[in-house]
Amino acid sequence: MKNEYKIVVAGGGPAGLAAAASAVENGCPAEDILIIERDASLGGILNQCIHNGFGLHTFKEELTGPEYAARFEEKCEELEVPFVLNTMILDISKNEDDTKTVTCVSKENGLKQIKAGAVILCMGCRERSRGALNIPGYRPAGIFSAGTAQRLVNIEGYMPGKEVVILGSGDIGLIMARRMTFEGAKVKVVAELMPYSGGLKRNIVQCLDDYGIPLKLSHTVTKIYGKDRVEGVDISEVGPDGKPIPGTDEFYSCDTLLLSVGLLPENELSRSLGVELSPITGGPVVNESLETNIPGVFAAGNVLHVHDLVDYVSEEAAQAGKNAVKYVNGEIGRSERKPVKITTSNGVRYTVPVFVNPENAEDLITVRFRVANVYKDKYINVYAGDKRLVHRRKQVLAPGEMENVILKKADLMAEGLEEVLVTLEDE
Amino acid sequence: MYDSVIIGAGVTGSAIARELSRFSGEFLLIEKNDDVCTGTSKANSAIIHAGFDAANGSLMAKFNVLGNSMMDEVAKELDVPFRRNGAMVLCFEEENLPRLRDLYERGVKNGVPELKILTGDEAREIEPELNENVCGALYAPTSGIVCPFELTLGFAENAADNGVEFRFGSGVTGIEKTSEGFVITLENGDKVETKTVINAAGVYSDNIHNMVCEDKIEIIPRRGEYIICDKAVGGLVDSTLFQLPTAYGKGILVSPTIHGNLLLGPTAEDSDDKEGIDTSAGGLADVMKFAALSVKTLPSRQAITSFSGLRAHSPKHEFILGEQSVEGFFDAAAIESPGLSSSPAIGRFIAEEVAKKLCAEKKADFNPIRKGLVKPNEMSFEERAELIAKEPAYGQIICRCETVSEGEIVASINRTLGARTLDGVKRRTRAGMGRCQSGFCSPKVMEILARELNMNLDDVRKNEKGSYIVLEKTNKGIN
Repeated sequence: MKNEYKIVVAGGGPAGLAAAASAVENGCPAEDILIIERDASLGGILNQCIHNGFGLHTFKEELTGPEYAARFEEKCEELEVPFVLNTMILDISKNEDDTKTVTCVSKENGLKQIKAGAVILCMGCRERSRGALNIPGYRPAGIFSAGTAQRLVNIEGYMPGKEVVILGSGDIGLIMARRMTFEGAKVKVVAELMPYSGGLKRNIVQCLDDYGIPLKLSHTVTKIYGKDRVEGVDISEVGPDGKPIPGTDEFYSCDTLLLSVGLLPENELSRSLGVELSPITGGPVVNESLETNIPGVFAAGNVLHVHDLVDYVSEEAAQAGKNAVKYVNGEIGRSERKPVKITTSNGVRYTVPVFVNPENAEDLITVRFRVANVYKDKYINVYAGDKRLVHRRKQVLAPGEMENVILKKADLMAEGLEEVLVTLEDE
Repeated sequence: MYDSVIIGAGVTGSAIARELSRFSGEFLLIEKNDDVCTGTSKANSAIIHAGFDAANGSLMAKFNVLGNSMMDEVAKELDVPFRRNGAMVLCFEEENLPRLRDLYERGVKNGVPELKILTGDEAREIEPELNENVCGALYAPTSGIVCPFELTLGFAENAADNGVEFRFGSGVTGIEKTSEGFVITLENGDKVETKTVINAAGVYSDNIHNMVCEDKIEIIPRRGEYIICDKAVGGLVDSTLFQLPTAYGKGILVSPTIHGNLLLGPTAEDSDDKEGIDTSAGGLADVMKFAALSVKTLPSRQAITSFSGLRAHSPKHEFILGEQSVEGFFDAAAIESPGLSSSPAIGRFIAEEVAKKLCAEKKADFNPIRKGLVKPNEMSFEERAELIAKEPAYGQIICRCETVSEGEIVASINRTLGARTLDGVKRRTRAGMGRCQSGFCSPKVMEILARELNMNLDDVRKNEKGSYIVLEKTNKGIN
């Protein structure tokens, strides 16, 4: 490990690997890049995602999580990108000369400070916990976030329990419903607070419907029983206000409660560095280069906004890697012109990026977003003032699936343009 | 035969054990659960109260004020995180200002130093996030915040290091008075003979007392629910904010914790279940609703966990301390708030009474010093680098949210009264107490526990018997 690198990539999951590989492919010498990974191996959370369905867009085949990660690990290996494992970044700070100091710690290398020209944030996300939901009741063993259970089953080789209730229909919860069933557990029900699922349609079909596991929409867990180990839960119907309807509670006996109630970008390092975060995504506010408000600090993958498909993570991270190279080579322009702000309305919850400096953009700019509800037969429209830039029909839009629109650089170069609007309309 | 058996390894029992270990004799502490600090001591406000609240002339007032004054030395000797952050009792209505004055006078009579009445603006100068409608406050600079786990562990470990024997998983089923003393029967049928008995059994202290004494006492478990918020908002206030009791209730506190989280609570609800530490939708909603009165904006979305604790409430609302009608039987019973604050003083008082009874002499070799775990997070860069170079396990971070290293976790297992469970590790190291609530670190901590204690992963427990975490190996499959 050297004391100075041009680019430090914080995290060796799918985003970090793709960002590092792209940085080399875009001209940064591999030895000037360092991937810092906190776990014992590269690949991030994909290592425990042993089901298939990864990489349909990127590789046109259905890979398992570890196989998908391996494609990128092999690529980084071929490109000879240096990495360190079991290494935790404790702090990232900016220096007066715009370089960054990354403080990290490991058994092998001890406590170190590394100087970096640019940093790409690829720390991923974590699961919302029971505490964040304030579910009343006891605090026994047997309550797991779906991802923790996935690790226990797929990596440690242990079953958490044999009678399972799942709260939340996020993708990991759906995948674990099937996985636990494979291992002989009885998954009694999946309760979802919202009137729609937060997961991918294909996962509802392949993980619940195919195994006869009921999905109760507009339901939530209202009480947890069991002093030492979970003994059961109450599940109640919720009204349109999201609050449980008194008298609708039904007891389910179970020894395990899995929570799949949302993912939160893990931005503690970003926050202490002074990176501006979006209250909607929990991730950094970035521009067309996926650069944060701090010059030379980029973000990609689930740390930026929670993705549905890893293919988009890799795609986004490759772009961040490329732009980090441009930054260290002094090729990102800093013009006087105000960036174009992308605003949203009618159920478009957010966009990534939020700002576009057209002169730094590629000819085509991918703008990713999610919607706030299930919509049918809508048009995704993008306006620059009165001018409609994009007009695309979608049969179904759902919060569980990420959407995107492609903007043309030429359209955004228009003189005096300050904002564009991404919206959903009936025509 | 033991000289004394202490029942209960909460903060009171542990403090008594530590003070008793200053004297020569054979002492045993028995605890029904499998660790120290598993009852009331683990789930409370973690405040070292100044002492203005208790009635003039009460034991609560006396021991609170004395305990508070002893805390600096205790914290130093036992390496316990403690800070005098000061407390305010907030008054929201002009017509209630006289009651603030009453509280002030009560505090002065109790011997609480440095009390002051502040105007709303003066209070807001100290705490800018105070609600605009605060019109006055009683300010008590000697109020403090402490880590209740470390305080209890500190007392207990120091007691053990000075020769007190500890026996866990040892609930008491009966106590018989004999001519020489007492015979205590444990759940497993074992009999323990002792000259004296010290009852520090928390919410069960009535059960223990009533096994021996004719004059029965009653303890009502009074449940208090709490919410803990992320460290991101731990700096919202620096002082502990109480509310002047109103028609709506006793008030809910808002306080930083010693580790930098924000604590809201507690409710107060009498219960008949001595293990009833469940939270309720109504209780948690009340915590949020009333805590919101004290500050401009309550960061309600930053909650990371909620819990409830049981106060060992007596209808007389007074500590029961000292030798009872049966000779050789000592109570430290009905220890509810300010019990944590009073613990150093109660420990000393009971130990001295018992020692007098036993005619025990002070030991020359008592060591008052207990060292806590090495805390790399609190070291300078150079110190930490040097530590890791020497002991690399301190460089392997296991709990991301609280930055707890493998070295700390291993040390918490392999020390006096070491951790045996996930919660044991959590209380000693904070691994799993952060914002992800052990999602990432629990499988790793389980592996370390299994490795260090030479057991299988399915033998690792969250806390008590029956709280297994994983059931069995996979690959059993569908038949």
